[in-house]
Amino acid sequence: MERQVIDARGTFCPGPLMELIAAVKLAAIGDEIEVLSTDAGSAADIPEWIRKVGHQVVSTTSESGVWHVVVRKAESRTRP
Amino acid sequence: MSSSNVSILVVSGTTERLQMAAMVASVAAVSGSQVQVLLSMNALQFFLKSNAAHPWPEGDFGRTMAGKNVPPFKQLLQQAAELGDAAIHPCSMAIDVLGARPEELEPFLAPPLGLTKFLADSAGGQLLTF
Repeated sequence: MERQVIDARGTFCPGPLMELIAAVKLAAIGDEIEVLSTDAGSAADIPEWIRKVGHQVVSTTSESGVWHVVVRKAESRTRP
Repeated sequence: MSSSNVSILVVSGTTERLQMAAMVASVAAVSGSQVQVLLSMNALQFFLKSNAAHPWPEGDFGRTMAGKNVPPFKQLLQQAAELGDAAIHPCSMAIDVLGARPEELEPFLAPPLGLTKFLADSAGGQLLTF
């Protein structure tokens, strides 16, 4: 299992989500991806997308104005 | 088409509407919806490879957005196509009016599409216009 960090700080919606999705597409089942975002909307949208497509939200935390959303790739019901 | 299918008709050449259309297309496409987009009227010119012009803001928000790190609308539409299998079509009528050839358009675009086929494929799904 690998863990990748995507630094999407300073990017507005849906930039962080799209960067995550590109990484998820390339990741293996079980890999974890941590997204850093300063966009509060993305911090809410990313877990919503994860639930919809069937991956797992490992954690969502906020520290000094930066959201850390950790996602684990699962067998997805939908693309990608 | 079923309700999980989203058809987006883009006719505006303004920053705000192109951005919102691209945001909807990209998020819907990567969330499991089958997405088709038809680019026509004032929108299509920005998908000519030779056109470096930017769309014009229609209000204060568009002007403000220009100074922020917002994902470019063309990048979002390309991601919709590449990550979510969205079909981004130029309108065949608009191509004819512009006097353009399909190979002069951005390479991530699907083949030209007529309005009759677009409406037929939209039946039963969501149809949004920008």
